[in-house]
Amino acid sequence: MGGFLNALPGAVSQGLIWGIMAIGVYITFKILDLADLTVDGSFCTGGATFVVLFASGVSVPVALLAAFGVGLLSGLATGLLHTFCGIPAILAGILTQLGLWSVNLAIMGMKANVAINVINPENLDKLWVSLRFVQDVASGKRPFFRHPIFIVGLFTLGVIAILYWFFGTELGSSLRATGANSHMARAQGINTSVTTVLGLMISNGLVALSGSLLAQYQSFADSSMGKGAIVIGLAAVIIGEALFSRIFRNFALKLLAVSLGAVIYYVVIQAVISLSNINANYLKLISAVIVAIFLSVPYWKGKYFTKAKKGVRADA
Amino acid sequence: MLELRNVYKTFNPGTVNEKRALNGIDLTLNEGDFVTVIGSNGAGKSTVLNAIAGVWPIDAGSIVIDGQDVTNLPEHKRARFLGRVFQDPMTGTAATMQIQENLALAKRRGAARTLRPGITKKEMEQYREQLKTLDLGLEDRMTAKVGLLSGGQRQALTLLMATLQKPKLLLLDEHTAALDPKTAEKVLNTTDTIIRENHLTAFMVTHNMKDAIAHGNRLIMMNEGKIIFDVAGEEKKRLTMKDLLDKFAELSGSSIQSDKALLA
Repeated sequence: MGGFLNALPGAVSQGLIWGIMAIGVYITFKILDLADLTVDGSFCTGGATFVVLFASGVSVPVALLAAFGVGLLSGLATGLLHTFCGIPAILAGILTQLGLWSVNLAIMGMKANVAINVINPENLDKLWVSLRFVQDVASGKRPFFRHPIFIVGLFTLGVIAILYWFFGTELGSSLRATGANSHMARAQGINTSVTTVLGLMISNGLVALSGSLLAQYQSFADSSMGKGAIVIGLAAVIIGEALFSRIFRNFALKLLAVSLGAVIYYVVIQAVISLSNINANYLKLISAVIVAIFLSVPYWKGKYFTKAKKGVRADA
Repeated sequence: MLELRNVYKTFNPGTVNEKRALNGIDLTLNEGDFVTVIGSNGAGKSTVLNAIAGVWPIDAGSIVIDGQDVTNLPEHKRARFLGRVFQDPMTGTAATMQIQENLALAKRRGAARTLRPGITKKEMEQYREQLKTLDLGLEDRMTAKVGLLSGGQRQALTLLMATLQKPKLLLLDEHTAALDPKTAEKVLNTTDTIIRENHLTAFMVTHNMKDAIAHGNRLIMMNEGKIIFDVAGEEKKRLTMKDLLDKFAELSGSSIQSDKALLA
């Protein structure tokens, strides 16, 4: 139990970082109504870009922006494969993801992982988030506002604020209309190809940004760090919706629910690791089963648990 | 206002499902024309409408709207000329968005979508007034999701959306076919009012001969991808059901009794 409590701040920090990725998944899965599998590749692209740039002396904000930029490009690739080349969205995402595997290795100089030298205190001080700051804040070596929960929390709120503004604009509304009803969107003069590509770009930009934060947090990027990211993202979206949909109706709060969903997912996973002696290699299987069950529930509800009420007219 | 010249369209060419849907359509609509289009299933009524809207490219011919050749324009670029209402009430609106958001999207038809607000306070007031004219109480539910509305309410809303930006041409694709008779009549009356008050040019496909006779100033009958009968003005006003049935038998060479769809 003590081990779990000690691990809690770290789990919450990581959950918040994955939450930004989950918000990206929310944009494609919920708003655009597309399943975009680019995520598993673009997450690592963001992380790799950040680490390589930072190691070569680029400042943190510039490296983060660059990571966001490569995410936009990954989304652009999937978007063009889907709209311009007419490839189904799922397959377009898989193709980009596959291609990104090589791109990610190339970014990392054909190595499976690259690290930030955090033994060097000068390097460590420059970072915005790090696993080590969790301990440092606890022991009083660093002020509270260097805590990853605080910094990533601010990041999350910033992302939510920008998205809230964007989806209220004419352009953002046309993106929502594209996901809600593409026939209607085209009849209203919206170029649905453009809005779809734009949505995929923003989504993958956020995913890559999240990857760069995780790489920074754990001080390395790894070619397999994005594996299963889409499932974590979906889990966060679903958990957030299941727990908060009744109280969070505003769009900004719905995005917050996704972020909280990711935190809850990570805390639960951490609890499973700490409180049982399960081999951590089974985690992906557990995640897959949990997400499969959550995705099935609404279907089962409609199919098996909805009974016609006797003697009550449907229109009554 | 609208000119179709020798328009051809074949679906699934070269397969067993090959279907020659439009077989040389020539049609000129004058400004202010309200044309009703009838014909049996598969006659090409909705296909003509989709050709005008640009849902897919046509095989041959040309389409000119208000002096501009739109033959090669994609659907979303033609949208600025066209208001559209579909057969399925689900098609014309975004169910997961608010009533006022749907209206705001339609208000911007033909304009570039920028980073300005998607809807303003001033617009909301304007929409409230316009919703009142529908007489469905929607002005008090402006932030409700459109998915909560009935089919008739959605069609009425779609009609309003189609005319927020005055279209050069209003395309109505059997827009009352999915409604119960009473609601259908109400929506048709709204249609008449909107077309009259905005002096719109309209093209209404219908399955219902009575409606085709009762509405509009011109009537077109289609069969096998061709326009076989085109009547306007006083002659159209004097048309009866029997005239139409006789005409159909005469021109298509098939008996109307075997074609219940036309009678529906």
